[in-house]
Amino acid sequence: MNIVVCIKQVPDTTEIKIDPVKGTLIRDGVPSIMNPDDKGGLEVALQLKDKFGAHVTVITMGLPMAEAILREALAMGADRAILLTDRKLAGADTLATSNAIAGLLRTLDYDLVITGRQAIDGDTAQVGPQIAEHLGLPQVSYVAGVEYDGKNTLTIRKEDEDAYQILEVELPAVLTVLAPAFKPRYMTVSGIINAYDTHEIEIWGADKIDVDEKKLGLNGSPTRVKKSFTKPQKVAGEVYEVTPEEAVGLIVSKLKEKFII
Amino acid sequence: MDFSLSKKEELFLQMIREFAENEVKPLAAEVDDEEKFPMETVEKLGKIGVMGIPIPVEYGGQGGTNLMYGMAVEELSRACATTGVIVSAHTSLCMAPILEHGTEEQKKKYLPKLASGEWIGAFGLTEPNAGTDAAMQQTTAVDAGDKWILNGSKIFITNAGYAHVYIVMAMTDKSKGTKGISAFIVEKGFKGFSIGKKEKKMGIRGSATCELIFENCEVPKENLLGELGKGFKIAMMTLDGGRIGIAAQALGIAQGAMDATVKYTKERKQFGRSIAQFQNTQFQMADLETKVQAARLLVRSASFKKDQHVPFSADAAMAKLFAAETAMEVTTKCVQFHGGYGYTREYPVERMMRDAKITEIYEGTSEVQRMVIAGKLFK
Repeated sequence: MNIVVCIKQVPDTTEIKIDPVKGTLIRDGVPSIMNPDDKGGLEVALQLKDKFGAHVTVITMGLPMAEAILREALAMGADRAILLTDRKLAGADTLATSNAIAGLLRTLDYDLVITGRQAIDGDTAQVGPQIAEHLGLPQVSYVAGVEYDGKNTLTIRKEDEDAYQILEVELPAVLTVLAPAFKPRYMTVSGIINAYDTHEIEIWGADKIDVDEKKLGLNGSPTRVKKSFTKPQKVAGEVYEVTPEEAVGLIVSKLKEKFII
Repeated sequence: MDFSLSKKEELFLQMIREFAENEVKPLAAEVDDEEKFPMETVEKLGKIGVMGIPIPVEYGGQGGTNLMYGMAVEELSRACATTGVIVSAHTSLCMAPILEHGTEEQKKKYLPKLASGEWIGAFGLTEPNAGTDAAMQQTTAVDAGDKWILNGSKIFITNAGYAHVYIVMAMTDKSKGTKGISAFIVEKGFKGFSIGKKEKKMGIRGSATCELIFENCEVPKENLLGELGKGFKIAMMTLDGGRIGIAAQALGIAQGAMDATVKYTKERKQFGRSIAQFQNTQFQMADLETKVQAARLLVRSASFKKDQHVPFSADAAMAKLFAAETAMEVTTKCVQFHGGYGYTREYPVERMMRDAKITEIYEGTSEVQRMVIAGKLFK
């Protein structure tokens, strides 16, 4: 089985601060990491590789520095890594991004494409499903469990907000994966050494992918950001230490106070 | 000259830090409190390759450097000094002498299982009457034709009981003094070999420290390590390498105490402000941070020299001397910054202060390190 995992380098938002005046992210000095849902997706691919044998390719679109997460993916056990980087891709919104990635995927052999559910910098959750649409593939999003029959069918646990579905999907297909369901393995020492000493990162430009150039970069991006702003912080809540009986009375009186009941 | 780590080393550091933070740190207090050998952690370390970092790939190792190995011991010890010393004794004191002095057959037989973490390694030199004066070995090995017969005992042996392979020094010719000492590879389960008393220790309480007992222990002829009569030299060379591991352990303990104390002094409020805002805290912590960084440079420089195959004996001694004394000073002062809380087991600095002390003692006391350094200085 050939699996392609789409990963993205993102600022570690647990360490990020927001410029109070401009309302934009302060990225200076913030470490860059592999997007957590994408790492979960890579773990799914590597588990399938462990059990059934698979060739795992990781791809990313981004700046040359995104090479770092490809090396990390190789050190975890991926077999091949492609970095799609080109000035023509700059300024891409989710549509232009998914067009570029679908264009790259058209040139590869794959049975399964895996992406993370969403990236922690944009939180759109759009690119994975859009890739599936461009390629005309079935998709399952919010994946929290994967079983493979060894032939052509995956049985998927898809998480919804307050329920889950068990779905079957035939390959080739696209999955978008939830990080918490798949604890990523650690890189191995030899994996790290080989990621630098043995493997090569393939650097691809826009000319190598199969897509109409008009659909790429800023030109291919209908989205325009009107304004970014910081949500006003809520004030700290009040804490009461009371018995359950007192708590009931307290909650009811507070709800009445706010005219909710 | 370049002081920065390569991207490969940076990625390695990211991995081992994540591992130490998620897998080692949460167990550290329990390992100490219950004197519990962290077997599960050792198995996990084996899986990711940390039990065989500087061993060549052809012998089942990871093909990494001593610099990476030192970084691993530092990061593990930053979370739990017991875990750090298990890896250090296993790597520096057992696998390294087999790699450096073993025959091709010995390397092929022992290194792959040790480097994968399936087996754990240990080293036995110290005896009740032969500590710093290691030449006073009383354990004997007699040539009995097709095998060696060992008699005697070793004490304070790290990883004893859990290890499968022990490098053991024994007298093969008492008349020749240190030149009558030879090294042997002894396997758990050899007839006449048993584990004696387990020590109750001040620190690194989860590491197993026991006596080794040899009662007409039968060791196959081919398990002589290196040449006959070269055991003392092998032991001294092994300890040179081991000191890099212990220096890295001491450095890790010091860094762990600094991390905990920076966090605590920022949170702890007295007289209306955090105690980190007092100049006494700032100046003392600045001094400690400077010493920790200096220790790190010494440790990395000694590791680098070992990787370059240039003499590093005095460098390793300086790294261990300075890192161990830094660890003792840093942890003692960090307990002080924590005040009464620092004296309790609610905070990790109490354990770290107890753990730090051993780094001034084992694999050559600080006095021995001064002897090694002075020996080079006045030769």
